[in-house]
Amino acid sequence: MAITLSGDQALPGPPLSSRLTPAQVWGIVLLAPYLLVFLAFVVYPVCYGLWLARAPGNYVALYNDPIFARAAVNTLIFLVIGINIKMLIALFLSGFFAVQRPWIKWLSVIFILPWAVPSIPTILSVRFMLNPEWGVINHLIFSFTGDDGPNWLNDPTVALSMAIGVHIWKSLPFWTLILITGRLAISHDLFEAAEVDGASWWQKFRYITWPSMQTLYVTCTLLSMIWTLGDFNSVYLLTGGGPADLTHVLSTLGIRYLRLDQLSLAMASIVCAMPFVLPLVYFMMKRLSR
Amino acid sequence: MKLPSLREVATEARLLLIGIPVFLWTMIPIYHMFLFAISPKEDAFSGKLWPDHPTLHNFEIVFKQQHYFLRDFYVQFWNSTVIAASVGVLTLFIATAAAFSISRLKVPGGRMVLNLALFTYFIPAAFLAVPMYRTMGNYGLLNNHWSLILAMVTIASPYAIWVLKQASDKLPVELDEAAVMDGATTLQIFRLVYLPLMMPSLVAIGTYAVLLAWNEYLYAFLLLSNDREITLPVALGNFLAADDSPWELLMTTGFIYALPPAAVYYAFRRYMVGGLTAGAVKS
Repeated sequence: MAITLSGDQALPGPPLSSRLTPAQVWGIVLLAPYLLVFLAFVVYPVCYGLWLARAPGNYVALYNDPIFARAAVNTLIFLVIGINIKMLIALFLSGFFAVQRPWIKWLSVIFILPWAVPSIPTILSVRFMLNPEWGVINHLIFSFTGDDGPNWLNDPTVALSMAIGVHIWKSLPFWTLILITGRLAISHDLFEAAEVDGASWWQKFRYITWPSMQTLYVTCTLLSMIWTLGDFNSVYLLTGGGPADLTHVLSTLGIRYLRLDQLSLAMASIVCAMPFVLPLVYFMMKRLSR
Repeated sequence: MKLPSLREVATEARLLLIGIPVFLWTMIPIYHMFLFAISPKEDAFSGKLWPDHPTLHNFEIVFKQQHYFLRDFYVQFWNSTVIAASVGVLTLFIATAAAFSISRLKVPGGRMVLNLALFTYFIPAAFLAVPMYRTMGNYGLLNNHWSLILAMVTIASPYAIWVLKQASDKLPVELDEAAVMDGATTLQIFRLVYLPLMMPSLVAIGTYAVLLAWNEYLYAFLLLSNDREITLPVALGNFLAADDSPWELLMTTGFIYALPPAAVYYAFRRYMVGGLTAGAVKS
């Protein structure tokens, strides 16, 4: 780089090190480890993956694969139904856990467990509970009704519902916790004033709680959507994508192609989700970097 | 003692009507796992809610590695431990340095790096796994613990930087200015002023990274395959390969595997809830 002073006389600019303060040099040095990780394990893989998925033939192959269509629909069901049920329950329970009682405090400590313990043993535990011959659920159904219970994981609709149930079981505590934080931030005076005016619980929720929590609730729902797209365990460990590959979602489908050594198809199936993911990401980044 | 009024009893009953189902919903899969762990094989498969002859025999089999699937139990437990600890240390190092650089030193371009990091945080984990797997192959790291360590550091760092940056911003600038006046160098400020004040957030982030790595299944299952290299969750997944899986041993091993994270979580709960939820979603 050169700075032109007058006419054709060019002087070399000052060296980089003298333009930066020592603190800024340290800043760059301290930022470097993360940048290296980011370049090596995010930028390079993502670019490489996109390059692998570039051939239009991949998308034709996906379009012709009935499993892909089914996985896309399942993913939508998971997102629209699963997340709304989860967030509504979390909103409801955040009110329950905000009530001051010693036993509710204890229950809230226990309630965190699904989030704190690893997925694999607990989801496999649910899987065995649903076993049609040996599982405890069908044992109970038999002892009460004398009939054999359903084969829970053999019907794709039922199996997918069970996977959504497992997903809710696992992630409900986290979202409830966040919404409790939001609820506790509401000034108590508002509720006391409403109490004096004789407001019903619904009026208090409608005119005090909901308006102050609306933004948080929407943000949580969006973030939950992104994370749910990345949830591999709930479906894979419970159903393995079965029966007959009918309960796959996009995250398990990508891994399935990967295991079949069809990396470009795996990448292409993920690229297909990008039109849904990118607006969510954009919206989240705008909200968080305000 | 004053008797509670009818109204109070009704309120309490309504609360219990929610509390009892919540308790059952939370505990049933965990209790079922525990039930299998203390049941002899016959009892486990009979659908009883409490075994006729509770026993610790399953734990004995696991701890003595007396089953084909458990040959490498201690090695795998050790692998999980080493990987989780390494991820915790590396994430803390990388994220603290980055947060200090962005928030306190106002490094040029820092804001952009934070946004890039946030962007990674929003890539669904299972989606990144596909290209990451191939990348680790290209780097020659497959079946090497470093592949899983680096992958988990990549996933944990963005959130770690984000939370630590939020916490750093809350520390008053005057502290740094005063230290500079006293002639402190940048590194001295980092070590003597910044790190001590950030301790609660660092504990929260370290715990988060350790738990993330300990509990991880997908990346571990993709990146490691050799029996003596894999972590405990991958070993648990491999139990399912057999038609006659020893479920009572699977559940016992799973129970042992789930204990450390639960213990760590409860030990650091105060830090975690405050430190992590504050950064997760800014309302």
